[in-house]
Amino acid sequence: MSSLFTASLYGVVFGALALLALRDRAQARRALQVALKSFFSMLPIMLTVIGFIGLLLGLVPPDWIARYLGGEASIWATLGVLALGAVLYIASIVSVPLAGSLLRAGASVTTIAAFLTGLMMVGTLTLPLEIKYLGKRMALTRNALSLVFALIIAVVMGMILR
Amino acid sequence: MNDQLAPAPMSTPHNTLPQSPQEWMKVFRFVLLIAAIDLIGWLVAPGMFAPVARTTWDYLAEAIVILIPVAVLMGLFEVSMPKQLIGQYLGRESGWKGVALAFVFGALPTGPLYVAFPIAAMLLQKGARPLNVMVLLNAWAALKLPQLTVETQFLGPTFMLVRVALTIPATIAIGWLVEKFNRRQVSAPRAP
Repeated sequence: MSSLFTASLYGVVFGALALLALRDRAQARRALQVALKSFFSMLPIMLTVIGFIGLLLGLVPPDWIARYLGGEASIWATLGVLALGAVLYIASIVSVPLAGSLLRAGASVTTIAAFLTGLMMVGTLTLPLEIKYLGKRMALTRNALSLVFALIIAVVMGMILR
Repeated sequence: MNDQLAPAPMSTPHNTLPQSPQEWMKVFRFVLLIAAIDLIGWLVAPGMFAPVARTTWDYLAEAIVILIPVAVLMGLFEVSMPKQLIGQYLGRESGWKGVALAFVFGALPTGPLYVAFPIAAMLLQKGARPLNVMVLLNAWAALKLPQLTVETQFLGPTFMLVRVALTIPATIAIGWLVEKFNRRQVSAPRAP
């Protein structure tokens, strides 16, 4: 989006890497190896979602997205998307570009924020695992409260942004 | 006095690369499928698939540009900060300092949320405050540094900042309420 942000991010990250290389060559090399590994492990899923975004935005008429996910859409659209986000398990590396593409195509801030926050904070698919480690009561209260607050965050964001 | 945390479940599972061409094929199967759809669509209906090609290309450029520094960020974190530290500091802290540390540790690039569950269980066993542990979990889920970077790129800095500004108090509220609801139970959570 903003090239200033990208430029400063590159500056900070690669500056830190250069500093590390000056101080400890072996560590810098290991950091670079981990970076390469992370990059290639993110690549397949990222390319998949980009391909999906391309098909979605290229083939679905933009006014459909605006109509079903936009400002005109009812509270039911927001609740539906929130529920979807809460149930699905999608890595943020995938969901964030997807959410961004829908927002640019005319979806409302509330809808997109509901989808994202629901996705991030509520984990229905990972709930069994969470219960195993934290116990039923704590896992359930955390997820239920996160769901409520995801909705609040989404509604407030819709009021603040535009 | 061994305050050490078990190191086992903390590595990110998807951090190994495919070894054989077959494995690479499997990893990229959805990419290949979409590429095939794009190609066939373009051959059959070039006019209809022109916007698909343009959108795909635009998003591809944007994604690669942001993925590179995010990957380097993860690499830097991996070598400069042992993950065990997270537990050690948080386990002993309390009050607002503990909450602040939980936010910082949660925001660090440390892999998906399910990695955090065993850490959370261990912290609770060691007597960490449930509020701090819940803040760690929700910050881990919603305020991750690499995620915020990608978010700034695709949704814009304003969206990201407003969401963070709202998520921080929400996270504290959730943690506080979870603690209230689990008063009796928190002394004996068990890590399997």
